[in-house]
Amino acid sequence: MLGRTANDLYWLSRYIERAENIARLLEVGYRIVLLPREGEGFHEEWRSTLESAGCMQGYMLRHGDLVSRKVIDYMLFDTSNPSSIAACLASARRNGRAQRTSLTREMWESLNSSWLEFQAIKPATITSNSLPELLDWVRARSALYRGAMLNTILRNDTFYFSQIGTFIERADSSARILDVKYYHLLPSSEMVGSGTDNFQWSVLLRSVSAHRSYRWVFKDQYRPPKIADFMILNRQMPRSLRACYDELTVALRDLAALYGARHECHATVEATRDLLLEADIETVFQSGLHEFVQDFIGRNSRLGNEISAAYHFID
Amino acid sequence: MRTAFDEMNGFGGEVRAPYRAFVEWLGVQHMNTLSQKTAEAEILFRRSGITFAVYGDEAAAERLIPFDIFPRIISGEEWRKLELGIEQRVRALNAFLYDIYHRQDILRAGIVPDELVIQNAAFQPEMIGVDPPRSVYSHIIGIDLVRTNEDEFLVLEDNTRTPSGVSYMIENRETMMHLFPDLFSRNRVRPVENYPDALMKTLESVAPSNLDAEPNVALLTPGIFNSAYFEHSFLADQMGIELVESSDLIVIDGLLRMKTTEGLKRVDVLYRRIDDTFLDPLVFDPSSLLGVPGLFDVYRSGRVTIVNAPGAGIADDKAIYSYIPAIIEFYTGKAPILGNVETYNCRDPESLKYVLSRLPELVVKEVHGSGGYGMLVGPRSTMEEIDAFRAKILANPCNYIAQPTLALSTGPTLSGSAVSPRHLDLRPFVLVGDRVRLIPGGLTRVALKKGSLVVNSSQGGGTKDTWVLQE
Repeated sequence: MLGRTANDLYWLSRYIERAENIARLLEVGYRIVLLPREGEGFHEEWRSTLESAGCMQGYMLRHGDLVSRKVIDYMLFDTSNPSSIAACLASARRNGRAQRTSLTREMWESLNSSWLEFQAIKPATITSNSLPELLDWVRARSALYRGAMLNTILRNDTFYFSQIGTFIERADSSARILDVKYYHLLPSSEMVGSGTDNFQWSVLLRSVSAHRSYRWVFKDQYRPPKIADFMILNRQMPRSLRACYDELTVALRDLAALYGARHECHATVEATRDLLLEADIETVFQSGLHEFVQDFIGRNSRLGNEISAAYHFID
Repeated sequence: MRTAFDEMNGFGGEVRAPYRAFVEWLGVQHMNTLSQKTAEAEILFRRSGITFAVYGDEAAAERLIPFDIFPRIISGEEWRKLELGIEQRVRALNAFLYDIYHRQDILRAGIVPDELVIQNAAFQPEMIGVDPPRSVYSHIIGIDLVRTNEDEFLVLEDNTRTPSGVSYMIENRETMMHLFPDLFSRNRVRPVENYPDALMKTLESVAPSNLDAEPNVALLTPGIFNSAYFEHSFLADQMGIELVESSDLIVIDGLLRMKTTEGLKRVDVLYRRIDDTFLDPLVFDPSSLLGVPGLFDVYRSGRVTIVNAPGAGIADDKAIYSYIPAIIEFYTGKAPILGNVETYNCRDPESLKYVLSRLPELVVKEVHGSGGYGMLVGPRSTMEEIDAFRAKILANPCNYIAQPTLALSTGPTLSGSAVSPRHLDLRPFVLVGDRVRLIPGGLTRVALKKGSLVVNSSQGGGTKDTWVLQE
């Protein structure tokens, strides 16, 4: 496979995953803004939405003030924002079009029709009533693409690089949500025990679509250490850091087996995965939840760079 | 201009034999259903991404070529004659290419004027003395044919460089079989889907000799913004070969290699869909940012095969075209089976005089133009347009050829809710390697505007599925 192809497949998956994550963050952000609440205003919610998406700086440069309508527009339609859903879908399609030969017809058609349908939406027609529907649509399209990929693609390097892109992006997204909201999980926060915190815990779990699965796994009410454990170390939760690294380890091992060669990235992925496997949540809290998350974000981004170098993504 | 021959009705009268089953079927169709099927076809094409870019039209960066749902039908017997004529022609074209890059017998014999070849921009002096495998230069050729009556198909143009459109031949058929399965049960239509397989066999058959392993074949595209990008990726996909851009290629230690996830890998056959000029900046165009430096040296040393060969374009040059019948006779010793359209080279003073006196009835083309750009269709032009063109011809007569305005055959076409005759041409695709392979079918282009004779997609033309009946 060409290095350029691997690069495009990797980014194609990242953009599809990113579109879905942005849709989920917007859904949560919007939900909060709608609720009558005391204390912090909606500004705080949009701030953390934008920070979790890594878009705060870009947004402030463009708009300067936090207004729901502008935030939604910036995250949905503004193509000057490389993480907007419009930009993600366009980039994903552009990568896919450049690698049309590597995609199955099902994958290409889902990618192409998502882009075409999104193009047809007029931003002005999106009201607060139709927004949830649109965000659901984005998530459904992402699921359709991944389903098409999982069901139709050959299990070779095309598949492995697609998986790697998905899970590097997902791990990054989950970690950034924790990075922005970690303080709601600190013991001091639990002591307060107010309704607001309970609400924030629910927001955190919703941001990774885990608010219901939490109950199935723990049969308990929301408790910060368990939430942290669920989002970081639990291997059942498909958006936990651990689950992402399980997938990354498998994909990279399969790649090593296919090519008959291991690289630096293999040692890195295994080290991080072992860390997540062996850690318990108490130790994580003792040594600092925020430090742990930040260290993880650094490791994840390093892994991405090592993969890119090992497989000649660019020259 | 007299009435055109119609593929379905001839010059008026009974339905021609190849169209009988189709006409019966058409008789029981509802117009609403047909319009609906047209819309359905468009959705299928758009979903598969079969689009093309129109140069100079940014807004329509990804346009669909209109598709007409009525097939163009050719009988088995008609096809057999075309087959013989096409095979004869492509063998002669390759013999001509071999000759002009070696002994140049045909120039010595005075059949083709020296300067027309030697001073031609499409002639590549670097190719002199190079021996491509099996002496084939133009491996993939599109022959543009027009029909003027029951018995006469004429060659309007040869495409010996990088002919495109074959993906439409295949996708049009896929779409038709999807939309009208019942039509295919009434007619025995020869399949075209084996084209990629035939192409792969052809490419492998011209690989350098003495390879240790199966040849590694790659398709070189200018990239995603090229108008034919869909076709490039379609063919690479169908053949299971890498679709490379020049930045994916590098010459190291005298071999052409591509940059893969596992490091560098040798390329043995390069099916290039870029022009000669962009192949190798060291040889063809030093200012080009595209291309693979050193590629031509590897080619010359026989360690990679470039398909079609550099310099193959001289054989389809419009100034050479009028000599093709003589070229066929020279190399095969036989009269051409397929004729040419009568052509006046404006470089010749007598012809120039004639052309200038008859502009309103002629079609004038630039010698190096393509895609229907820069041409004059006399009968469809205003006096101002004709005068403007006259000035252009006078400024540089060598740059123009002229042909009579042909009454191209028409075929039934769905326009709005009526069945109307529209002018057609036909481009069959022929492959030359260890043997000549011709897929029964081709690309039928149709001028959708009433009366129009320009079938180019860049000028509002559409396409049709092309049927060759099994008889």
